[in-house]
Amino acid sequence: MATELLMPALSPTMEEGTLAKWLVKEGDTVSAGDIIAEIETDKATMEFEAVDEGIVGKILVAEGTEGVKVNEVIAILVEEGESADDVAAPAPAAAAPAAAEAPASTPAKAAAPVAVVSKASPDFPEGTKMKTQTVREALRDAMSEEMRRDENVFLMGEEVAEYQGAYKISQGMLDEFGSKRVIDTPITEHGFAGIATGAAFGGLKPIVEFMTFNFAMQAIDHLINSAAKTLYMSGGQMGAPMVFRGPNGAAARVGAQHSQDYAAWYAQIPGLKVVMPYSAADYKGLMKTAIRDPNPVIFLENEILYGKSFEVPDLEDFTIPFGKARIWREGTDVTIVSFGIGMTYALEAADKLAEEGISAEVIDLRTLRPIDYDTVLASVMKTNRCVTVEEGWPVGSIGNHISATIMQRAFDYLDAPVINCAGKDVPMPYAANLEKLALVTTDDVVAACKEVTYR
Amino acid sequence: MAPRKTASKPASTANVSKDELLAYYKDMLLIRRFEEKAGQLYGMGLIGGFCHLYIGQEAVVVGLEAAAKEGDKRVTSYRDHGHMLACGMDPNGVMAELTGREGGYSKGKGGSMHMFSKEKHFYGGHGIVGAQVPIGAGLAFSDKYKGNDNVTFAYFGDGAANQGQVAETYNMAEIWDLPVIFVIENNQYAMGTSTQRSTKSPSYWERGAAYGIEGEEVDGMDVLAVKEAGERAVAHCRAGKGPYILEVKTYRYRGHSMSDPAKYRTREEVQKMREERDPIEAVRSILLTGGHASEEDLKAIDKDIKAVVNESAEFAKTSPEPALEELWTDIYADEIPPHSA
Repeated sequence: MATELLMPALSPTMEEGTLAKWLVKEGDTVSAGDIIAEIETDKATMEFEAVDEGIVGKILVAEGTEGVKVNEVIAILVEEGESADDVAAPAPAAAAPAAAEAPASTPAKAAAPVAVVSKASPDFPEGTKMKTQTVREALRDAMSEEMRRDENVFLMGEEVAEYQGAYKISQGMLDEFGSKRVIDTPITEHGFAGIATGAAFGGLKPIVEFMTFNFAMQAIDHLINSAAKTLYMSGGQMGAPMVFRGPNGAAARVGAQHSQDYAAWYAQIPGLKVVMPYSAADYKGLMKTAIRDPNPVIFLENEILYGKSFEVPDLEDFTIPFGKARIWREGTDVTIVSFGIGMTYALEAADKLAEEGISAEVIDLRTLRPIDYDTVLASVMKTNRCVTVEEGWPVGSIGNHISATIMQRAFDYLDAPVINCAGKDVPMPYAANLEKLALVTTDDVVAACKEVTYR
Repeated sequence: MAPRKTASKPASTANVSKDELLAYYKDMLLIRRFEEKAGQLYGMGLIGGFCHLYIGQEAVVVGLEAAAKEGDKRVTSYRDHGHMLACGMDPNGVMAELTGREGGYSKGKGGSMHMFSKEKHFYGGHGIVGAQVPIGAGLAFSDKYKGNDNVTFAYFGDGAANQGQVAETYNMAEIWDLPVIFVIENNQYAMGTSTQRSTKSPSYWERGAAYGIEGEEVDGMDVLAVKEAGERAVAHCRAGKGPYILEVKTYRYRGHSMSDPAKYRTREEVQKMREERDPIEAVRSILLTGGHASEEDLKAIDKDIKAVVNESAEFAKTSPEPALEELWTDIYADEIPPHSA
């Protein structure tokens, strides 16, 4: 009986990887537990073990192949006397059970499609030379460039140094900057957040990596009571110029305690600046600004976006000011306001809406404190309708706040109530179908946009 | 087993000069009289909110400041008036902050619990029990990073000593050899809870052994003993040997805050401490019996101090309230507009 060996998923968010190396060849006998291949994810190289005994009948994916999808058949194990050629061509790999999808309501299209009007980034001149980078690489470059520029900047956190970063954001930084400036901490968030805050009072510029912002709840007293409030409490004498950064929000299938979006929490605090970028260019330009900022900055990243590639300007020193939203798409019928990973749904929804003849303007807030109200209000005064999109919970959300601001400052321009698309008001479930249901979806955004445009 | 010392012996007066003794006497007396005045102003409604007095604990900060040098840093809890006066901050600025006036160290925006002085390397003034401990270690981290030999005094009480972040900080301070002196001001009551009721192992300094940190217990009613222990701690830190713990046994005569009737201890207990162990009386007695000062000399000192304190109270009453625009300043170092603007 032949056994198919499938490309394994080696992290919660892995979708594909590189088959770096085969450690066996066709005809070799393997036992369960033997290491048979090395698989590279964007985070690490992992060893792949045989889970069964048998003879390597056929290797279907050559070593060095990139972009091998999770669950693709990479080799076939056969029994003594059996030949791989006898095995029928591999059936498509069984995927994880698909989540039950609500039937999409797609009424007959009445309108003709509209063109998607992409808007150039306002952050650098048109014609700037670009390079493709992942969010992960952009973050590393931003931190490294700033550490070269200012010797008082240092990075501290769990596994940032020798392990090269739990999510490989700080890869190579220990080698370049040494253990004085790239510092592994024990797993004691409360303590090291306080130490970093003290170091900032003492004149340094710490970057504190939380392995995830879920763990920053252990430390939140220092973020708020110590870092954010001291400048005020000291009558302007001393503050905490520092960055607290790390992945925020849901990853994939990691359950309730590891899947929370803290955007609205931190955005509420005077004294903090709060950044939650979407694209790699924004990650880079805003991280460099965050490190130079004389205030404590909460920099909310996203694990799913870490591996996503974008065009990043190939400039020696590229920064983006806080408080400037970016208009990604220009449109006339509805304004979609989002930030962070919510932009994924916003942009997908805008594409779908265009097919149905609805022209959506998509705004990425990028920073949540300060918020660029003017860009949002100007857009709403043009489109007269607004939908907000975020992954966090619906009560006291950023969307609520945007809605209130629009109501106060552009009430007469509204042709429909603002709709807030948010995560469902539940702790994050583990089951694949329930998790999908709990998160905001592109269909939610499309439906909301149709509702406010009465289509 | 981590190296550690046993409790220090009573200090000898043999090597202490007259000038030093007089300086300790004046510094402690200034704190005592200042705090008494603050209590009065509180009673008159001129000071609001929480107000935690340092009366009884004066020898702790005065002894340790005697072991410090320019550049050393200090950070403490909300019971911070004594620390500020001991490190040379202006009594007028402190008292005016208590009354919430423009002339206060934080322009009236911090209050009794939140004052700072960059000039005197005083980093607060923190209202969350225990939070100042990692902050102190972080200040020490900044000095080690810059490569100077400054040390940081991180003061906290017996209540804070049970905080989780204190344990976390001990661990990191020792693995990174941070030049921080953890000063546990054990005044025996965490608000109303005695050390006997809050821990089975009331010897707080000994906990350092679990992290490899040296330390010792000190008689905090004896300013000379505190100073000697402070010198040992400072020498240890300046030599690059990492942190040090001083558990200073002291006693607060007043309630936890102005609104604490202190029903958790007897009047006799407090009275006995005041009569037998008062740190200011102890130095006064050394000065007199050693022939370093006459009653008249000390009376003159008392008078001078009273004048300083009265002046601070006058300043604190007459300094104007902060301008209303101050509500909106100092939120950000680069003054971005707040939400309502």
